[in-house]
Amino acid sequence: MNSSAEINIEYVARLARLALTATEQAKLSQQLGDILHYVDKLKQVEVAGIEPMAHGSPVFNVWAADVVVAGLSVEEALRNAPEQRADSIVVPKVVE
Amino acid sequence: MSSPLIFKSVAELSAMLAAKSISASELMQAFVARTTAVEGRVHAFNSRDEVGALGLAAASDARRAAGQARGPLDGIPIGFKDVIAVEGQPLTASSKMLANFISPYDATVTTKLKAAGAIPWGRLNLDEFAMGSSTENSAFGATANPWDLTRVPGGSSGGSAAAVAAGEMPGALGSDTGGSIRQPAAFCGLVGLKPTYGLVSRYGLAAFASSLDQIGTLTRTVGDAAQLLQVVAGHDSRDSTSLSTVIPDYSAALQKKSRPWRIGVPKEFFGLGLDAEIGAAVQQALAFYRSAGAEITEVSLPLTAEYAIAVYYLIATAEASSNLARYDGIRYGHRTHSATDAISIYAQSRAEGFGEEVKRRIILGTHVLSSGYYDAYYLRAQKVRTLIRGEFMRVFQDCDVLLSPTTPTAAFKLGEKSSDPLAMYLNDIYTIGVNLAGLPGISLPCGFTTGGLPIGLQIIGQPFGEAEMLTIAHTYEQGHSWHTKYPNL
Repeated sequence: MNSSAEINIEYVARLARLALTATEQAKLSQQLGDILHYVDKLKQVEVAGIEPMAHGSPVFNVWAADVVVAGLSVEEALRNAPEQRADSIVVPKVVE
Repeated sequence: MSSPLIFKSVAELSAMLAAKSISASELMQAFVARTTAVEGRVHAFNSRDEVGALGLAAASDARRAAGQARGPLDGIPIGFKDVIAVEGQPLTASSKMLANFISPYDATVTTKLKAAGAIPWGRLNLDEFAMGSSTENSAFGATANPWDLTRVPGGSSGGSAAAVAAGEMPGALGSDTGGSIRQPAAFCGLVGLKPTYGLVSRYGLAAFASSLDQIGTLTRTVGDAAQLLQVVAGHDSRDSTSLSTVIPDYSAALQKKSRPWRIGVPKEFFGLGLDAEIGAAVQQALAFYRSAGAEITEVSLPLTAEYAIAVYYLIATAEASSNLARYDGIRYGHRTHSATDAISIYAQSRAEGFGEEVKRRIILGTHVLSSGYYDAYYLRAQKVRTLIRGEFMRVFQDCDVLLSPTTPTAAFKLGEKSSDPLAMYLNDIYTIGVNLAGLPGISLPCGFTTGGLPIGLQIIGQPFGEAEMLTIAHTYEQGHSWHTKYPNL
């Protein structure tokens, strides 16, 4: 198993799509190292055969009726877009 | 009672409106004036719409004049933590990421409060995306505690708590993921109610950790908490985690006392790190309940005491890293001007838009979900969470509620813990288990330190046991006068 108190900040930041400066990386390495060291205590708990709990109430498989309901208009939906044109959000070219 | 208008409870103001001894417009003007007078020192608001609020107050007066008042909340100003959507108003989550975001729709709780005639008053400051315990992690500056302006109001619903405590409004909504309503309520001398997971719809709440988040209230009295909960509780098909359950009449329940209560006292919550004055105040509250006929039993929550914080910071950060992936600079929110390809737009927009604590939690959450670490951290934390819920449910076989301090210390100084994230996290020790187990919890004032800072008493209820929990809290409140005190600002 991986040594858990280590964290490869550069790799994780890439996964998280979050640009970090060298200073931020150094600071986070130390702080998150401390926090990971602290949470390592969970290894002391016997969890064999215990079901994981995904959320706060015992409810599963909630279905909604398959009916069309009114939503936001295009204009309303685009009001917070950083850049828009012709009822669309403007984004950089992603296909060469 | 003869407290000044701005420090009256919702119930008192409601009675004055019903008796026409004041109009909703006069009331709104009083809160606008108070806010203008103290905001420079308190900074509870991120933004406010005075013209809109006064317009709604005039509409409320017109309804009342026509004999069409909508009930006890008609004309009452209610604040919103700046993560709960009110159509046409900003929703910033106290983040640069959403500095210019305008809500295109109402949250379900907003729809319900508006239907009851309440007036949305202000967007209230918080720790960015509700991540923090002091409201210092706000992109728009910290909020001060009205009882001592050099101290934090708590967090993350610190703006909501400070605004009510400072007399800028009689009640506010907050959200509670690990104590974010109860802890600021304790620090600011208010009643803070975190309902059972699933009782109140989160539709229109900016998500932080979805398996833990719950919307609740900050008010001066337990009765006001019951009144507001009555309006916002209930199933909502737009939040699939909200449950179909019968909503009792919470206000009517306050007057009932069915049988001698069985109150459990988790012994681990009185251990090392608990301030002596807070411990003494809670012991006095226990003595009050004992003399009122309650049966007090010591109980033990060893797993919660030892592991809840570790479980919480794995689950909450994992869910946060997933929830906050939506902020990519494309559809809404901040977009960088210094990148041209898609991947750098995501990474750079997020770098510019998020503050330090949010970045820390995204990185930690991404790490604990990543390949090779998922089982050791996230999955293991979810299993320990099962054990923690089981521990609470076992204790509840012999107890109606649990009673403890809300926080180990009173409000700390601004800047005191902001450089040490782990020390800040440990402050949530008594509140976090409630969220992990999905239980309701309430904090109510139970005294002051010799330095004049409010002390909070926490009562933890059984799932959907709000009526009983509120009744027990109300009984304490009726026998004391802490809730009538207000800061000298």
